[in-house]
Amino acid sequence: MALLNEIKKDGEILEINFGPQHPSTHGVFRMRVLLEGETVRELKPVMGYLHRNQEQIAENTTYAGIIGFTDRMDYINALSNNFSYCLTAEKLASVEVPERAAYIRVIMAELARLVNHATAVGFLLNDLGSFFTPLLYALRERERILDVFEAVTGSRMMCNYFRFGGVKRDLDENSLTAIKTIVRKFPRFLDEFEALLTSNEILCMRCQNVGVLPADLAINAGITGPTLRASGVNYDIRKIDRYGLYDRFDFKVPLGKKGDVYDRYYVRILEMRESVKILEQALQAIPAGDFIHPKTAPLLRNPRNFKPPAGEAYGRTESPKGELGFYLVSDGTPQPWRCHVRAPSLINLSALETMCLGQKIADIMIILGSIDIVLGETDR
Amino acid sequence: MEYTENNSTIDPALRDKMTKQNVFVTTLDFIYNWGRRSSVWPMQFGLACCAIEMIAAAAARYDIARFGAELFRASPRQADLMIVAGTVTKKMAPNVVRLFNQMAEPKYVIAMGACAVSGGPFADGYNVLRGIDRFIPVDIYIPGCPPRPEVLLHGLMQLQKKIDSQSIRKAEWYQKGLKREFPIPELGPHGLVPKFNPEVWQPPETDHRATHYGHVIRTGKKTKAPNLEPVAVTPSSPSSSAGA
Amino acid sequence: MPLMINSLKDALEKKFPGIKLRVLRDSVLLEDPQDLTRITQYIKESPDFRLDYLSSITASDFLDYLETIYHFYSIEKKSGPWILRVRVPRKNAHVPSLVSLYQSAELQEREAYDLFGIVYDGHPDLRRLFLWEGFEGHPLLKDYEQEDTNTLESRDVEWLKAHGVKVPETMEKNAAELKASGKRALAEKPAEPRQA
Repeated sequence: MALLNEIKKDGEILEINFGPQHPSTHGVFRMRVLLEGETVRELKPVMGYLHRNQEQIAENTTYAGIIGFTDRMDYINALSNNFSYCLTAEKLASVEVPERAAYIRVIMAELARLVNHATAVGFLLNDLGSFFTPLLYALRERERILDVFEAVTGSRMMCNYFRFGGVKRDLDENSLTAIKTIVRKFPRFLDEFEALLTSNEILCMRCQNVGVLPADLAINAGITGPTLRASGVNYDIRKIDRYGLYDRFDFKVPLGKKGDVYDRYYVRILEMRESVKILEQALQAIPAGDFIHPKTAPLLRNPRNFKPPAGEAYGRTESPKGELGFYLVSDGTPQPWRCHVRAPSLINLSALETMCLGQKIADIMIILGSIDIVLGETDR
Repeated sequence: MEYTENNSTIDPALRDKMTKQNVFVTTLDFIYNWGRRSSVWPMQFGLACCAIEMIAAAAARYDIARFGAELFRASPRQADLMIVAGTVTKKMAPNVVRLFNQMAEPKYVIAMGACAVSGGPFADGYNVLRGIDRFIPVDIYIPGCPPRPEVLLHGLMQLQKKIDSQSIRKAEWYQKGLKREFPIPELGPHGLVPKFNPEVWQPPETDHRATHYGHVIRTGKKTKAPNLEPVAVTPSSPSSSAGA
Repeated sequence: MPLMINSLKDALEKKFPGIKLRVLRDSVLLEDPQDLTRITQYIKESPDFRLDYLSSITASDFLDYLETIYHFYSIEKKSGPWILRVRVPRKNAHVPSLVSLYQSAELQEREAYDLFGIVYDGHPDLRRLFLWEGFEGHPLLKDYEQEDTNTLESRDVEWLKAHGVKVPETMEKNAAELKASGKRALAEKPAEPRQA
C-alpha cells in the first residue's frame, strides 16, 4: 500500500475498469485495476451483476424445485450442480440411491465435466487471442455431448435430471450406445486438441510462469478444483469423500508442478482423459435395476411431500470448477429454512489479486480465464 | 408488431427485360433493407446462461453467419443489434440501458430468454429486473430457458422481416428530433429508481401471474417461527425432532 | 460424526479451560463469539487437527438470533468437515473476522455481511459484495421487506420528471397517496407456506 501511495503521488498510476461488459470476463464480471505502466499494482473484483438471489428463491420453493435452480448456477455443467444438491438433500433426509441410479449419476456428471473442461480450455484460448478456433473444436464436442443430454433429460443445458434417490429418467440403450460412441471418440479429439495446443510455442510463452499460485497460498485462500491441483496439492473430493461410486473406479488425480496458467490448462486436459477412463469403466459396469429409489419415486409427482426432518446438512462434490457445497437447514416443512451454496467460482477468486499482482495487464485476462469462473455461480 | 411485405411495384416482365440488358431496377427501400438485414452486427454481450447458447448459435453447428450476423462486436458503437442474453439484474440494468444508448441508429433489441423477457424463474427476487422492456424498447422477444440456438436464429429471421418492412422514407432515425436515448436508472435504497420507464412500459391491468398460478407466487418469508431449534442431540438418545 | 465433533470439543476444553462450548448436532457452538479467533488459530495450527482449509462461511437467520456457520476441512490430514457456529443477536451483530487466518474468508464474510448484516470485526475491506453501496436492509433476513416493482413511488416520479419523462396521472396520484400515508410499496405480503 505504501508503495502504491508513492506511485500515486507521481501521477503515473492508471486506473482501468474491466467489465461488466467486456468480451473476456466470461460474463458480467468487473475488475478495478490500478496499473503502473503495464504492470498490475492492485486489482479489486466487483461482482453482483448477476446476483439472482437464488438463496432467497430457495427459501420459497420446494426442495425438488431447487434442483431446477441449481442448473442455472453453473450453467455450463448443470448436472454437476444437481449432483451436489441432491447429495446434500439426501443426506438431510437419509435417502438411499439404487446402484443403477448411482452409475447413471456418475456417467452424467463425468460427461458434464468433459463439457466444462473442453469449453473452459476453449474460452481460455479465446482470451489468449487465438480467437474462436480452439473454442470451435471444443464446442463441436460439446454439441455431441449435449445431444445425449437432450435425448436423456429433455434439455440441452438446463437438464434438471437428478432427483432425490435417483434420476428422473432411465438411460435407455440408445443413449448408452451414443455415450459409448462419444467416449470412444473423445480421446481422438483430445489428441487433436493437444497437437494444436499443448506444445504450441505461443501458448507456452504466454502461459508458463504467469499467474503462479503457490500451494500453501492456494489452500489458505480456499482454492479448489483444477486450480488447486495445478498448484500441486493432491485434493480431489472424489477421492477424499468417496461420494457416489467414485471409490469403485480406477482413476488418477493429475497434479501440476508450478501452479501457473499453463499447469491449469494442462491439468484440465489430463482430467478429461481421466474422466474418459471413469466413463469407460462405468459404462462397462452399469447394472440393471431401478433408476430411482421406489420410496422416493412418488416425490416426482408431488414434491411437497418431501419434508426432511428438522436438521442441517452440508454436502459437497468435486464439480469441474472446484468444491461445490450446499448447506441446507430444514425446519420440517416442504421448503428449506436456509439453502447456502458454497460456490467454487466465487471463492476461487479470493486469490485473483495475488495471482495478478506484478503481472502485465494482458495477463489478467488469461489468469482469470484459467481460474474458470462462471458468473451464474459466482453471484448466484 | 405489424409487417408489411416490401413488394416492389415494378412490372415483373419489364424487370426481366431490363435485366437481360444488364439494367437492374429495384426500389431504394429494397436495396437499403437488403443491405441492413444481411449484415446485422450483434453486440458481443452476454449476461448469463443464454449467452452460452448464443455462442453455440455462433459456432459451427448452428452458424449464425448464414444469416449475416456472425460479426459479434465488443463495442456498442459498432453494433446494430443488442441481444440481451440472460438475466438483467437491478445492478446490471443501468449498464444495459447505457450500452443501448451508446449504440448508433438504427438499433434493435432482442430479448433472449425468459429472464430478459420477464425476469423468468428469478422474477420474484430482490435483485432481478422483471424484463428489460421496462427501460428500453424490445423488438423481438424469444422465450425459453434458455432458448435453443435454432430459436435464436428464428428470432433473428423475424428481426430481418421487421427490417424488411421498414422504409427509408419513414425511417425514424432519419427524422429530426428523434429521441431514442433512454434515461439511465439509478441504484436506489431498495432497488432501481425509477422502477420502470412509463414511456416504454407500463404495468398490465391484470396480474396474469395471479390468474395463471391461482395465487401470486410468494416473494416472502415464513412467518411462523421455525421448528428447528437445534437442540443438543446426544448420540445415545436421539430425541425425535419436532416437525418430522 | 458426533464422536468426531466431541473430540474437537474435548480438545478445545482442555486447551482453553473455562471456555463455553456446546455440541449442536454435528457442530460446536461457541457461546461467546469473541472466542472464535483464538479457537480457530488453535485448530489451524494444532498438530491434532491442522484445519488448514476453511471451506465455507455462511450465516443463517433463526428469527431470535443470527448464526454464522464455519465449515473447516484439513487438507493435510484429509479430515472434515469440522463445523463451528457462532450465535449473535439480530441487532448489532458482531463476529470477529477470520481474514487474517484464512484468505478464503474475505469474500465469504463480505457476502454474509451483505445478505445478513453481520459485521465481521477486523475485516480489511468490509463492503457489500453483491448489492451496491446505498442499498438499505439485508435481503436474506427473514423480515426483509421487498419493494413492489410495479408501483411507482414519489421518489421515482420525481426522478422521472427531472429527466423529462412523462408520468401518467394515475401513477403520480398513487405515488402521492403512498407518500402521504408514509408507506412504501411492498411486494405482496408473504402467505403462510402451503402445506402438502
